Amino acid sequence: MSDGGCASRSIAVTVNGSVCRAEAPVRLTLSDFLRQTLHLTGTHLGCEHGVCGACTVLVDGRAMRSCLMLAVQADGHQVTTIEGLAAPDGSLHPLQAAFCRHHGLQCGFCTPGLLTTLVEFLKDCPDPTAAEIREAISGNICRCTGYDSIVAATIEAARALRGDGTTP
Amino acid sequence: MTVGGFPQARVLGRDVPRVEDEPLIRGKGRFLDDIALPDMLHAAFLRSPHAHALIRGIDAAAARALPGVAAILTLADLLPCLAETCLKTAMPSPSYRQQLDRPVLADREAVHVGEPIAIALAESRALAEDAAAAVEIDYDPLPVVADCLAALEAGAATAHRGAPSNLVAEMTMGFGDVDRAFEQAPHRFRERLRIHRGGSHSMECRGVVAVPEPVEDRLTVWSSTQMPHAARRLLCDILGLDENRIRVATPDIGGAFGPKLVFYPEEVAVAAAARATGRPVKWVEDRREHFVATAQERDQYWDVELATDADGRILAVRGALVHDHGAWTVRGVNVPQGAMGAMPLAYVVPAYRIGLKVAATNKVPVAPVRGAGQPQGVFAMERLLDAAARGLGLDRAEIRRRNLVPPDRMPYATPLKTRGGIAVTLDSGDYPRCQQMALDGADWSGFPARQAAARAKGRYLGIGLANYVEGTGRGPYEHVSVRIEGSGKIFVATGAAAMGQGTRTMLAQIVAEQLGGDLGRIEVITGDTAAAPLGLGGSNSRQAVMAGSSAHVAARRLRQRVLEIAGQLLEVAPADLEIDGDRVRLKGVAEVSLGLSAIARAAAGQAGFPLPEGGGPGLFAREEVVIDAMTYANGSAVAELEVDIGTGKVTILNLVFAHDCGRALHPRLVEGQLMGGIAHGIGNALYEYMVYDENAQPLTTNLAEYLLVTATEMPPVKILHIESTTPLNPLGIKGVGEAGVIPIGAAVASAVEDALSPWKIKIDRLPLSPVEILALLNAAKARDSL
Repeated sequence: MSDGGCASRSIAVTVNGSVCRAEAPVRLTLSDFLRQTLHLTGTHLGCEHGVCGACTVLVDGRAMRSCLMLAVQADGHQVTTIEGLAAPDGSLHPLQAAFCRHHGLQCGFCTPGLLTTLVEFLKDCPDPTAAEIREAISGNICRCTGYDSIVAATIEAARALRGDGTTP
Repeated sequence: MTVGGFPQARVLGRDVPRVEDEPLIRGKGRFLDDIALPDMLHAAFLRSPHAHALIRGIDAAAARALPGVAAILTLADLLPCLAETCLKTAMPSPSYRQQLDRPVLADREAVHVGEPIAIALAESRALAEDAAAAVEIDYDPLPVVADCLAALEAGAATAHRGAPSNLVAEMTMGFGDVDRAFEQAPHRFRERLRIHRGGSHSMECRGVVAVPEPVEDRLTVWSSTQMPHAARRLLCDILGLDENRIRVATPDIGGAFGPKLVFYPEEVAVAAAARATGRPVKWVEDRREHFVATAQERDQYWDVELATDADGRILAVRGALVHDHGAWTVRGVNVPQGAMGAMPLAYVVPAYRIGLKVAATNKVPVAPVRGAGQPQGVFAMERLLDAAARGLGLDRAEIRRRNLVPPDRMPYATPLKTRGGIAVTLDSGDYPRCQQMALDGADWSGFPARQAAARAKGRYLGIGLANYVEGTGRGPYEHVSVRIEGSGKIFVATGAAAMGQGTRTMLAQIVAEQLGGDLGRIEVITGDTAAAPLGLGGSNSRQAVMAGSSAHVAARRLRQRVLEIAGQLLEVAPADLEIDGDRVRLKGVAEVSLGLSAIARAAAGQAGFPLPEGGGPGLFAREEVVIDAMTYANGSAVAELEVDIGTGKVTILNLVFAHDCGRALHPRLVEGQLMGGIAHGIGNALYEYMVYDENAQPLTTNLAEYLLVTATEMPPVKILHIESTTPLNPLGIKGVGEAGVIPIGAAVASAVEDALSPWKIKIDRLPLSPVEILALLNAAKARDSL
């Protein structure tokens, strides 16, 4: 997409394991790059000012607001979006499966950002308390669920990721 | 949890996996902004920065010359595509004193910050925003109406130039000899209340994609709307097209909560721009636009009185309500009407009268947000009951118990009527038992000891409760069709609109219960005018009740036909057959069976061969169950909280919500609806405040200034269920989409007042920010030191 007289740069970003090369206008956000240039529309925009957390993706494994980051800043980095969370054979990430089992999503709009946030969190904190989970997702707004089901899903997913206990 | 209203059912009443989840959980959902089409233009709106101003001139020459810009269109530019220039969206009411239909685009006068004036079309959204910013408008600011009370004072400036006043509507709701009851009452209690509610703030904002199809002169409009059929009718009226020329369809919707039921100028402007340019046009609202362009609820001022006898029994309620309407009539008077209708509903109130004045202001138009006025009406009633309990020395739960509509009077015919003139009759429920469940769940009787122990340590705990009765399942109908095609797959189409609540799962469950029990064989199409000839869409906690009833009746009829044809083909009695998955089987003889596919093909017929006997061709059933009366759900909330008197911060420690929404079709979905509503109610009680200054400039236009509840603000919540079957629909169900939000503000206010009782502080407003609480405390301390 041309973008007026704005300068652009060639970038190479590894997205969900594949190298994506593109010409990116310097003012293009990472979220718009993912959604519009790469057609990865699973990353959603809820506020575009860094509060709601819906657009959160993993950059080199760290949860980042893709609405507050420019595409050119992702040059040379690894980005994981919700489309990259399931295993190559299509089986769901334990967090995804637990969200479904616990009714952790209703409209599903905030879900991508919650999942990516929690993927990072459970790597750092594999056996969290409910209070720690609430703190971890306090930068992600969900208007549908009231959060309890998300916390319950995360506890179950943490257990599955640790490999102790069985999931239903 | 006392759920299980469908003990014999295969899938009804069970927490089956949602049919919506698979694409959503993988990031494969298809929301409005995910639609990308070849040759598509992107729109940005130029909006008024003034709350009230004359538009003297619009100069778009520089904007049109920018690279990538296809067009800048004002109302004058769109006129060739328009049969009408205003959106006539007001529901009928005899209460109107002036007509305020909003224009497609403002052309001579802007009446609120954010009102759209021009639409910029470009090759990307960024370029469209650049272009909109480059349009020069010559404004002449006019006097501003920023407050609905001041708006009604004599000599006030008017929100619309040349208007006779700011009085948009007035009405009186009530029954009985109120003044006589007050004259004779031994006790009277009066409260002056200010209740603010903010916006809905679905995580997905609004959006529209309009796709012109020039060969057949048709138009497809994808809209993130709760009411696709109403949107089509309005587009037809304004664009001057027949209904068969326009399809309105909804993609996945990222939450709605009320404001997406309103039809907006952007929907018309985008559709008209697509016809004007001959290209697909997309507009997606951003969050900052959502604050200034999407309907909100905002302010109500109540001045109300309660009369009781010596035992605290209600003799009468009367008062006056002033409601901030915003700048245009986009839905009508339904929000304040809903507030007045909700106020007395849980209690035996012999006489009732509220006078309403609806005032125009230079702010975003007001329309329903989850709860639609009912939280405000409940707040007013519950504040009065707390005042009466205090005045009479009664426990707050006891005064309510004495006045709740008792179960032995169900069905309880009130003298009230709905907005459509339909009698308000409470159809079922045990309100005192529900309250008792909430009290027991919260250990109400043990609270004084907890409070005293905390006070001894310098901590201030409070407990509060509130009851509500909610009108749900607004009729008169919802369309559902069920069809089994030759593959044996089952297709359900409805005028109901899914917006994230699990509507498709709910309908698939109801249909599967009759047709084999396998939700995986059922596809549900919601919110698409091409799939359903009629529809009223999503509002009023209505979809399970109305669409669910139609789905149930249609699926049962189709089941009969399936068994009848299978009986003929298998040469057995239909009564001996059952549907299991995709096959019809002889009960107890598994090898005698026939696929739904074969039955559907037999029913479809072949040229020259007779059809199966006893019915017409095809496996298709259509139903619009007509139910005028609403079914009334109820509940009781108890909040226990702590007020930090040093900072004014309120921390809810425990919340118990006992409720009755009839039989639960899917208990987990019911809890999900309640939890979301409760979170919203906590936001309304403590955090969400849409602030305007004295010039009606909005001051909270991002999510850092306007606070939504996050996971760390949520208290432990215990939900308790009662299932009283309603006789009004075949499944015995009531709506639950809005219930959670309704009593929370009232319960929190009651609890904060209790916590601050050492200072005799009255809570007369919502929301209660730390700043408000500190101001109340400081005023009380100053008063006490005099």
